[in-house]
Parts: sequence; structure tokens; C-alpha cells
Amino acid sequence: MSSIVKITVNQREHEQMLPDSTLLIDYLRDTLRLTGTKQGCDGGECGACMVLVDGKPTPACITLVKTVAGRRIETIESLSRNGLPSRLQQAFHENLGAQCGFCTPGMIMSAEGLLRRNPHPDEMEIRQALSGNVCRCTGYVKILESVKAAIGPAGETP
Amino acid sequence: MNAVKRTSGVGVRTPLIDGIEKVRGTAKYTADLAPEGALVGRIFRSPYAHAEILSIDLSAARALPGVIAVISGEECKTPYGIVPITQNEYPLARTRVRYLGEPVAAVAAIDEATAEKALELIRLEVRELPSCYTAADARKPDAVLLHDNRPGNLEREVSNSFGDVEAGFAAADLVREEVFHCAEVTHVHIEPHAALADYDPVRGQLTFQSVSQVPYYVHLMLAQCLGMETSRIRIIKPFIGGGFGARSETLNFELVCALLARAAGGRVRMVLSREETFLTHRGRPAADVRIKLGLSRGGRITAVEAEMTQLGGAYGGYGIITILYAGALLNAIYDIPAVRYSGYRVYSNTPPCGAMRGHGTVDMRYAFETLLNRMAAELGLDAFAVRRANLLSTPMVTINGLQVTSCGLPQALDWVEAGSRWRERKGKLPKGRGLGLGCSHFVSGAAKAVQWTGEPDATVNIKLDFDGNVTVFTGATEIGQGSSTVVAQVAAEVLGLDYSRICVLAKDSAVTPKDNGSYSSRVTYMVGNATLAAAEKLQQRLLATAARKLGAEPAQVEFHGEEYRLAGSDKPGIAYIDVVKEALVGHGTITERGIFVVPREFQGGKHRGAAVGSTMGFSYAATVVEVSVDEGTGEIVVEDIWVSHDTGFAINPLAVEGQVQGAIWMGMGQALMEETNFRDGLHMHTSMLDYKVPTILDSPNIHTHIVESIDPNGPFGAKEASEGGIAGIMPALTQAVAEATGVDFNETPLTPDRIVEALRKARRREAIRNKPVRDSAGARGQ
Repeated sequence: MSSIVKITVNQREHEQMLPDSTLLIDYLRDTLRLTGTKQGCDGGECGACMVLVDGKPTPACITLVKTVAGRRIETIESLSRNGLPSRLQQAFHENLGAQCGFCTPGMIMSAEGLLRRNPHPDEMEIRQALSGNVCRCTGYVKILESVKAAIGPAGETP
Repeated sequence: MNAVKRTSGVGVRTPLIDGIEKVRGTAKYTADLAPEGALVGRIFRSPYAHAEILSIDLSAARALPGVIAVISGEECKTPYGIVPITQNEYPLARTRVRYLGEPVAAVAAIDEATAEKALELIRLEVRELPSCYTAADARKPDAVLLHDNRPGNLEREVSNSFGDVEAGFAAADLVREEVFHCAEVTHVHIEPHAALADYDPVRGQLTFQSVSQVPYYVHLMLAQCLGMETSRIRIIKPFIGGGFGARSETLNFELVCALLARAAGGRVRMVLSREETFLTHRGRPAADVRIKLGLSRGGRITAVEAEMTQLGGAYGGYGIITILYAGALLNAIYDIPAVRYSGYRVYSNTPPCGAMRGHGTVDMRYAFETLLNRMAAELGLDAFAVRRANLLSTPMVTINGLQVTSCGLPQALDWVEAGSRWRERKGKLPKGRGLGLGCSHFVSGAAKAVQWTGEPDATVNIKLDFDGNVTVFTGATEIGQGSSTVVAQVAAEVLGLDYSRICVLAKDSAVTPKDNGSYSSRVTYMVGNATLAAAEKLQQRLLATAARKLGAEPAQVEFHGEEYRLAGSDKPGIAYIDVVKEALVGHGTITERGIFVVPREFQGGKHRGAAVGSTMGFSYAATVVEVSVDEGTGEIVVEDIWVSHDTGFAINPLAVEGQVQGAIWMGMGQALMEETNFRDGLHMHTSMLDYKVPTILDSPNIHTHIVESIDPNGPFGAKEASEGGIAGIMPALTQAVAEATGVDFNETPLTPDRIVEALRKARRREAIRNKPVRDSAGARGQ
């Protein structure tokens, strides 16, 4: 079965006939060629494919496109403005939150989702928000530091 | 001193030069490369752990519309392997399969669904053979042999003895012997394996991209297995999503992908699933260690005797080197007068093991340090005191011929002792809490490459062109550890330039010089030194040009802020770019070459296998860990870790911290939860839910300190940072858990079920001890 799906990805609207079994990750990577979203496992284990669906971190590898029809999808590619990294991306770069970088897009999207709903999280809130993202390089120390560095001054909303 | 904060060069905390692409999501890893026109490559894997292949029928798969190529072991009759003397593996199995999941055939098809369907049409007929899954079974006299020429399924037996071991034990005041077991663990780099092969049948040329840490070795093995000249193969390295040793030898899927591309006469893309990535393995083997130490009353080590048995899996791989490392690096951390080592590398019907961070040393160091901690306690000595009683003084040569030229372990011990407030707190913590210490070390590059050719250990080319920008060409493999950044920093330092003027081009065999790649923590030391040499040559040339223009001798010329001027003179200098233009007159683009060669005397002693473990620079680390243990659930919470690592000199302190933390954390995973088990050859942990690695919720703060012992031969004194720390955490954690629970553990990982079971047994023993003597028979057989 195929259906016509309307979906917004990084502010662009798409309308397309897709098999109902199409996974969001395959649609993003293969159809739209947005390869920043990574596949690190065989389904829902590692978090490398995290994207925002209406602002909420969602693993694209276990999400059918059909189930997010009409929703607003944001991938790692959407965070930069005119090619310049966002504050969160810059913080990951400067604090070595990314080593090999493969978990990084998913990690950043989870953190982005957190900072939007809670601009001043404490350490445990950051840990909980990133607990579905596995990193094998950093031991998470510098990831935690990166997210903390991206938190704006009190009272500021990102 | 210049008050301006330095922003480039060595010693500067430098974000990775290829880091922006990673955080923006624009970095292209192998699976992200443009797949236009690529066929989908898929592997048919053995459903048997051990079987003789009677026939493989590919006809139905070949007949399926959309299938372009189907190949089996017939496609390649040349074995491959990382160690030249144990090449006993084929890209696709021939005559026999030796583990469940071994590649047997492969298809290239127009799309995923067709490839999948074709796999289902392959018919494999076999005669099943008995299998071995444990070292004990594999070594039984009547065990079936995996390889006909290896009696007892022994890939390698190592036996060596240095110093007078008997006299050492006779002189000891305390001798203890214990056995330990460490489960098999694996790398779990977050990027699953992938390859993209492009074969041009008209030109007879192959272009190949994959996830390898050692593209040069892949180049060699592709040439060998495809029967091609190396000049007809081009290897380009994309971004790589980690390695940790898994990708430090050529892997079967890389060869299969290239064989498929040739058979199909085109482009084949192969992206392995996580399950297949687990099956490809090459991780740290399950290890049984028996270790005996002699200590004097004052804590001096008088002798060591150790036996290591590694369950190596079905093929040679790095096996010989792993079993040799385990023995060689009993030395070079403490001053030990006598060491005897026996090693047994055993074949089994499981996926082949290989190199993993801390190659060969981790499980042996765990056993050694754990026993040392216990014996120190028995002698009434503090864990720190017993280490300090056995420190090396440098420079020195160990009894097995290893050169040690710098050692910052004393400073590392001091820092973790103070940082953890060990003296105030050890032994005084509330019940359920504990502190532990472990020390470890590792090589900064193997002194003798596994594929030894007589060429320099590293070669770097550096190019200067009309724009004044410098391009460094290196075959070193950036895999996230910061190798390209170190190269840029060294070049920037020597040339006095900002990073914006420096581009590092890492690994395209058509343009970069051969390099052995990223393994054994060799890049900073060897490639760093080669970069240093190349940049110095270029700087000499520019200084000579500037001197000519200034009417002076090169030694009188200084370079600061992109300006050459006479030292001590007020006269205006000459701008960098003008000196560059002058240097190019009548010459054109300048390319300088820098090399690094490890002198013979650093390549170990004269005994068989002596080169393994030899290096020009040993790194050292001390680690203290604090845990709390829930006696009800058996859950261990790692509260804090303090690690101090002697990296010689931190060229990039930011990246050194990152590497040290990553190593410590990976060791913590092995200590707490990571393990691979097989049931009748079936891998029980082929997902990241079944093979658990610590999440951010399981991971403590890691207080990180760098010792700079300034190695006499490292670039600016630098040594490695990525592996030295990993082996110290398991013994530290074991000691901490012993303090928290009162129970000594001799195995890893320390999973909650093992903790609960051990505590239950301990309570039962305690109860029995408190009963009248006539009831004590119940203690037997526990």
C-alpha cells in the first residue's frame, strides 16, 4: 500500500506518494538526501537518528513517515543559519562534544529538544534527555560540558 | 613572554579541524556518500557454526531479474589476514565455514528488496562438524581441528622467561596466585560497517572507500585478493565513525564489496546492519588468566608468573600479536626483576577476535593490578605505597628488551591520590561504598609495523603554493581521535602560521604518502614527528629566502606574525607572502617531505616475538574510582573517577582529555556490563540492547589530569593519549567493589546478577562459619 504523504521537513513542504512501510530515516536519507541523520543500529537502540517531530526528539529509524504526516520535521541540517552553526552546535564543536561525530547529529537534536522545552536544565535533566543517545568516543563528559556551555544566561530564551 | 593568547600551535586547546562538519551534519561517512548508480551489495552468511561446504547453488539467485552479480568463495582463492604468517581467512568461505555468520556468498542487485530476495534463493549444502566454543573444549585431545595445521587448535603458544623467576619467588615474603576470567567484549563504534567500491572494467581500476582505520592495509589486501596491481587501486578515506581497533585490519565485507563491484563491472555499496557489524567483531577475546606474584614485606615485586589463554575465534587475525602483547606488557610499568609468561591463543567456532583499545594488555593488567592490590592489603601496605615501591627510573631497558625513556607514573599517582582524597577516605567509607586504584600503560606506536617493508615509519609531504597556504598530505587516518588536528598543530607551530593557512589532506592514496594508519596509538608520535620534520625543512627554506632578501644569515632571521625580520633589529621586516613569492621564483610549488624512522634499538629484544610491545614511548596512567553498591539489587553506581595520564606533552590538551576520558569510560563498560556470549555458536548479543554499553546515566564525572613527562623522542615531547588509561579502571573498580561489599571478584563484567549471587554465597559461607563444626559440610561445592 502506498499513500500520498504531506510532510514539512526543515521548513520545506513535501507531498509525495510513498509506500506505507517507508521509514522516516530512509525518506530523509535516501529520498531527500539529508544524510546528517545517521543510522547506527537496527532500530531504536542508539539514538543517532534523532530528529525533532513538532519539536519533540523522535528516533527516525523506528518512525513510519505515514505516522508523522502533516507534522513538522527538523533534522540536524536545519540548525545552522546561512551555514553558520547554532550556539548548541558551536558549543559541541568548541568543547569537543563530538569526536568521531557519528552520534553527534542525534545527540545535538536530543539536546536541542531539551533546551527548547527547558532552556535552563540542570545536570540530571540533561542526562535524562540524552539517555537514549549512545556515544562510544567521549564517555559523555564533554557532551555534558557542551550542552551546559550552550545554556544561555538566566532569563534568556534561545 | 608574549601576552597575546596563542590560538594555534602545540599546547593549544584546539577544537578538531574537521569538527564543524560533524556538528552541522554535513560530514560524509561511507554510508552517506552519493549512491548514484550504485548496486546494493548483500552478504549471505553461514547459519552453521562449523561445517564442511558440499555445494553452493547460486543459479536461482543469478536468474532473478535485477540481480547483477552473485559470487561465492570461488571468486577469491587467495587468503588474507593482517599478520603475514597467519593469513588463513577468505573473503567468502571456501570448503568450510567456521563460525555462525561467516560470509559464504554475496549478491549485487539493483535494489535492497531484490538483493534480499536473491539471498533467499542461495542454496548451501553442508556436512555439519563438531564445534568448540570454549578454550577448554578446543584444547581437548579429541577436539575437532578448525585448521588442519594447528594441533590442539592453538594458533600460537608463547613461552618466555626473563630474569631468575624461581629466585624471585624464593626471596619473596608473600607469594599468591589467583585465576581471573574476563568476558569477550567488542568495540561498538557507533557507525556500522560500510564500503563503496567502484570498478571500471575498461581501465581495470578500482576506487574504494570504507570505514577502515588502516586504508593502506586494505589497499594491500584488495590487491592481494583481487589479484590486482596496487597502482590500479585508489583508496579514499571518508569521515569515519569510530574504530577502537575493530577496523585496524582489513575486514571481510570490504573485500567482498570490491569483489562484487568487479563481478558486476560497476559500483557496489554495502552497508552492514548492526547485527552484521557485531558478527564481524574483531574485539577483545575472552581471557583466562592465572597470575602469581611475589612481594617483599616492603612491597617490592620480586617475580611474576602469568598464564593467559585467549579464545580467539575462527581465524588468525591479529591473534598472535594479541597474545604476545599480553606477556610483553607485564613489563615496562614497574621495575620487575623476573617475569615468566605462557600464552595460548586458541581457535574456536566464534567470530574472529582482533585488536581492541589497549590491545592485549587490558585483561592481563586487570589480573595483575587486582592481585597486587590484594597482596598489598595482606601485607598491610597501601595500594599507592606498593606502586611507589616499584617505580621505574628512566631511561631504562626492561628485562624483555623494551626501552623506557620517560615515565610520569609517579606524578599521576600523586594527582589521583590527592584528587580522590584517598588518604583521608580509603577504608573509612560508609558500608556499600568503596575506592579502588589501578595503573596502566601503553605504547605510542608499535616500534615495528606488522607489515614491515623497511620504509620509514611515517612519511608526510607538505606543500607551499603561491597563495602562501600550506597543505599537509598524510595517509594518517582521522577517525575522531584528532589525528588531522595534531598534524595541523605541529605544522602551525613550526611554520608560525595560523590554522587558517593550513589544510590537512588525510588519506587519498592517489595523493597522500603511504601511512600505516591509526592503530597502536602511533599517529601523534610517528606522524607528528614526520610532520615536524617536513615543516622544519619548509621553514628552513623560507628562512634562507628571507635571509637572502634581508642580506643576512638564516640564523639571524626571526619569524613572527607573518613577518620575517632580523633578530634584534628595528628595521621593517618582509611580509610572509612576499618571502613565499620569492621562494617560488624559478622553482614553482614547493613540496617538502618529512620522515620518521624508529631506530632499531627500540624494536625490542632478540627473543621470538620481541617486537610486539616495543615502542619509543610508553604512556602511563593512574586511575582511582569510587563506587557504591546496592546489596539488594547488585547494582553498582560509579560515583566518580579520577584519572591522571602521562601523555608526554599535550599537543592538544582538549583532545587528550577527550581520549583519556573515552578510554577510561570504555574500560568502565567492560568492568560493569559488556560481554558477548554464544549459545551453540549463536551470538547472543547482536543488538545494542543485548550488548549493553554505558549510557550517559551510567557514566560518572571523570576528573581528568594530564602529566607532561616530556618524552625525549616524541614530537615536542608528546606520547599517546588514547589507550594508556583503559586497563587501569577494571582493577580499580574491582578493588572499590571489594571494599563496598566485602567480596573479592575474579571476573568481569561485574553485572548485578554476579554481585547478588556472590553476596548470597558470601552470606551463606558466613552463616556456615558461625554454625557448630558438625554442620560445615554444606559449604562444599559452592
